[in-house]
Amino acid sequence: MDYREFFDKDIVSIRDFSRSQIESILDLSEEMVPYATGEKRNKMLDGKILGNLFFEPSTRTRLSFESAAHRLGADVIDVSQMSMTSISKGETLADTIRMVDTYCDAIVLRHPHEGAARLAAKFSKNPVINAGDGAGSHPTQTLLDLFTMRREKGSLDGLNIAMVGDLKYGRTVHSLVDALTMFGAKLTFVAPESLQMPDDIVSHLKSGGYNTKKTANLEDVISDADVLYVTRIQRERFPDPAEYSKVAGTYRIDNEMLREAKSDMIVMHPLPRIDEIAPEVDNTEHAKYFEQAFNGIPVRMALLCAIMGGEL
Amino acid sequence: MKDMVEDFKIAPIRNGTVIDHITSGQALNVLKILNVNETTINSSISVAIRAKSSKGSVWKDIIKIEDRELDPKSVDKIALIAPNATIAIIRDYYVAEKYKVKLDDKVCGLARCSNPDCITNKGEPVETEFTVTSRDPPILRCTYCDRVLINISDNLI
Repeated sequence: MDYREFFDKDIVSIRDFSRSQIESILDLSEEMVPYATGEKRNKMLDGKILGNLFFEPSTRTRLSFESAAHRLGADVIDVSQMSMTSISKGETLADTIRMVDTYCDAIVLRHPHEGAARLAAKFSKNPVINAGDGAGSHPTQTLLDLFTMRREKGSLDGLNIAMVGDLKYGRTVHSLVDALTMFGAKLTFVAPESLQMPDDIVSHLKSGGYNTKKTANLEDVISDADVLYVTRIQRERFPDPAEYSKVAGTYRIDNEMLREAKSDMIVMHPLPRIDEIAPEVDNTEHAKYFEQAFNGIPVRMALLCAIMGGEL
Repeated sequence: MKDMVEDFKIAPIRNGTVIDHITSGQALNVLKILNVNETTINSSISVAIRAKSSKGSVWKDIIKIEDRELDPKSVDKIALIAPNATIAIIRDYYVAEKYKVKLDDKVCGLARCSNPDCITNKGEPVETEFTVTSRDPPILRCTYCDRVLINISDNLI
């Protein structure tokens, strides 16, 4: 599959992708790395305009899309304060999209409601990239997670991946699970019972002949894991603060915990982290979460190039 | 003797509609779809809940409505909660037409999404849209938010 086939296509959910489509985007992302660091230059999207519509606060996603667009020579228009716009006057998303669509060549949308990106794609003639829709999907995060794993481990096939933390509410994790199963990764879900991977997802995987493991103990998996994918456990999920502290403490990654790990095991985290990973881990070979954050740039450059008709 | 007992349970109608093979327990939800009550209908309705199906040990519900034929939209909604239902149009005691309800691959504008955070519940100018992922029992997945529609009968529009 060639990335040019993505021209004018919307990027709404990772479920819309086949394995070979994901691979073609990851291959293009790899080629984008020297351009993402500024080592090489290419203004392939010169004269194009990207519309950044962020209806929710975001740091990494917003900045990395802006950076990716600028690296490729595109201009970015955005709305910095939603309270100053006609959206605050009650305009529908459909109308906002139809209007912005005429001002730019592609739209990046972050919105608090699930399914907002699918709706935007319906009303926009230009391609739409979903940059997170509420508790819905966040396909560019999934792609950059896959890209990080592939870069660090050489291949995605058959990796032992332990997912740790809030696996119940984090739909980012659910999208990642969908994608990883396409590559035959072996998944272990590490979480307290109250935050475990929902049964319907586990049984859906099982019906597709895909077995996963569940455990509450990080110690059970640490020595076998190739990737430790850590997510934030949100305080607000626990009515009792004491219960939160207990759970958060159990899943804290520190150097003591990593002593049992393989020497080339990598630790990933979508960030921001609170105290799931001790700062001392940052200096170890295991820590890859800042590389992961950087990888958002080449992956988003690859997507912008592919859907906006860039050539590399 | 058996036939007489059956007849006693549900009387034949002269003109109207017989909805048979309704999934057991769904008869009252079907009546809700048909919007029949004292003010909207002026003829008799017979309802059998948990009748024995002639096809074996399966239970089913049956509804007979006099002087009423169903509109296509109601039939489509019935398919969502009773995928095996059959509709017979009766004219002068004879079955003038009989067909099984049909569930298409896509269901548009018949139910609202049960996810309160779904964009389709936020006043946007779009019809709801679901993909049918299982037919019996019907399982519908929202095209927008990707969630499975919970409790279909409560969310019919």
